[in-house]
This record gives sequence, C-alpha cells and structure tokens, in this order.
Amino acid sequence: MNVREIQDLFHLDVATGETDLDREVKGGYCGDLLSDVMANAMEGQVWLTIQSHKNIVAVAVLRELAAIILVNGRLPDEDTKAKAKEEGLPILLSSSTAYQLAGQVYGAVIGKTEE
Amino acid sequence: MKHFKADLHIHTCLSPCAELDMSPKAVVEKSVERGLDIIAVCDHNSAENVEASIRAATRFDLRVLPGMEINSVEEVHTLAIFESVEKAYLMQEMVYSHLKGTNRAELFGDQVVANEWDEVEGFNDRLLIGAVDLELSDIIREVHRLGGLSIASHVDRPSFSVTSQLGFVPPDLEVDALEVSRPDKWEAGQQEIPGTEKFSLVSFSDAHFISDVGRVSTRFLMESPDFDEMRMALLGKSGRRVEGLIA
Repeated sequence: MNVREIQDLFHLDVATGETDLDREVKGGYCGDLLSDVMANAMEGQVWLTIQSHKNIVAVAVLRELAAIILVNGRLPDEDTKAKAKEEGLPILLSSSTAYQLAGQVYGAVIGKTEE
Repeated sequence: MKHFKADLHIHTCLSPCAELDMSPKAVVEKSVERGLDIIAVCDHNSAENVEASIRAATRFDLRVLPGMEINSVEEVHTLAIFESVEKAYLMQEMVYSHLKGTNRAELFGDQVVANEWDEVEGFNDRLLIGAVDLELSDIIREVHRLGGLSIASHVDRPSFSVTSQLGFVPPDLEVDALEVSRPDKWEAGQQEIPGTEKFSLVSFSDAHFISDVGRVSTRFLMESPDFDEMRMALLGKSGRRVEGLIA
C-alpha cells in the first residue's frame, strides 16, 4: 500500500507532496510529543498528529516516515509546508480524530500487507 | 527608580532553528540598536554562547544575563535565567546529563558556538532541539535551587507551551512569570488562557532571526539593570515592578 491509496481511500486532502504519493506505507504511528515519535516511530509509517509546526518535518525525515497526516482539521504552517516540499515529504489532511483515522488506516494497511 | 527595557528571550546561532547570522556579537549590537537595556541569551538546552555574548557587550551599555530555554519531558519550554555564568553552567550540566541524541545539522540546523569576535569556535553536537528527560516541575525546582528565575515560554502559542502541553496553566506551577509572545493580542483581550491571573506577565521576542531582536519587550521599573532587581520586579517587591509589555 502506498500513500496515494490511503489518500484515496479516506478522501484526505493533500497539503503538499502531490508528486511523492507513491511512497510505500508499512504501518502507522500516532503521537503529539515529538520526542516520543523520534524514539518510537518506524521507517515507512504514516504519522498521525495534531502538531503542525516545522519541526514535524525534520522528525519525519529523521525516522524515514512515509507521510504526515494532520488530524482534527489542523493545517500546516507555511514554513512547515515549504520544508516538507523541499524534503519531498507528503503532508495529508484529515478532519477525523487520530483515533478514528488510525482505526481505519490500521485496518487498511494490515489487511493489505497480509494478502 | 528608572525604566529599563528588557528582552530576556533571545536565541543565538547555537540554537539549531535560529539563523546563522545570530552570532553573539550581532545579537548584542542589534540589542543596542533597538534600545534594550537588558537581554538574556537563551538557547535551546544550552548556555554555550552566553559568555561570548557577555564579552561582546562589555563595550556597550547593555546588561547580558546568562540563560537557556529548557525543553521538559512534557515538551514545555521554560526560560532559566541566572545571576552568573557559573550557575548557568551548573544547570547546563544537569540538562546535558538528561538530554539524549546527536544533532543532525542537515535536518535540524547547525549549532554554532562562536566567540565575541564573530569567529566559529566549534559545533555543539548534542540534540539541542530535543526534550530532556526531566519533568517541568523538577526543572523549575533546580533552577530555583540555583537561585535562578524560571519563566514559562510563550504561553499563548499552540506548541511547546504550558498551555499546549498541559492544557492550562496549573495553579501550582512555580514559575516566576509567564511570557506572552503577542502582547498586542493579549492586551486586546483576544487570547484568554485560563489560570494566568496569579502570575506576572512579561513579553519577550523569542528571536530566532536577527531582525526580531527586541521586536517585543518588557519595561521594568527598577533601581539598576541587574539580576536581583529583575527578580524583585517580577515578584513586585520593594517598589520594583513590571511596568508594561511593549509590542
């Protein structure tokens, strides 16, 4: 499963990274404490968070995450978008809560990888 | 007593997210140009550019206090400001012993240690953007044990603040003041943060770019521009006080 399939499946808006949606998704991680995400998120995961400031891009790149999904209708700051574009990192947007979206993504990704 | 204009939250090129032009010398010169009387150099989790800043200020009528901006385990930023460089270094020792990780300059930015003549002395390779493995209350207690001032950073911001990370300002928070970053909005009543009533309010620039130094500041009524006077002003003692936030 790749980022585009998740975007299609859950009707997510793309804030930035239109051209990088073919990145492979291996799972997901939820967290709003950057230090926790830095310590525990794994390569290839999509990261569901309410944090929208620029540091999230550095954290996602550091952990080689597939994409960031901002939940609860949060929007990225302008410098967050610029940095993500520079790094080729997609940022998707959802009006769902992390709980709702994580449930859906979990089902989709696990279903797909077990095929 | 006189009025003094203070900006006690200024980063330098040691902070990975600050622009490289923010050398100790440049920060000091910009502070003088902006008419500041007192500044504190507060880099993320480090005080390694403090001494150079103090030395850069010796030829000016500017007081530089040693400080740092510590990121707690809850990811709350607080300013720790000290009377002496020695005390700031004691705090730094504790912070460093609870700070894990190595900086990746290409992701987070360079962490330049500079001298007072604008020369690079070296690069700090700790993960200064990271959070220390200490609770906010433990950090505040240690700052006070060392005789320092503890100020909660940018409580009106949606990230890395007491408000964003703890939900509200806890009534038992033992800080000496709360910093608001937008005094104009604050005074217009556009931002209501529950729990702020019992605290002294100050506003500082949190400058990460040289052009932001002194953009926001606080006017204090004190005898002289030094640390003890500042403490009395924050606590409203002996006629010293915070006179106003300057937007």
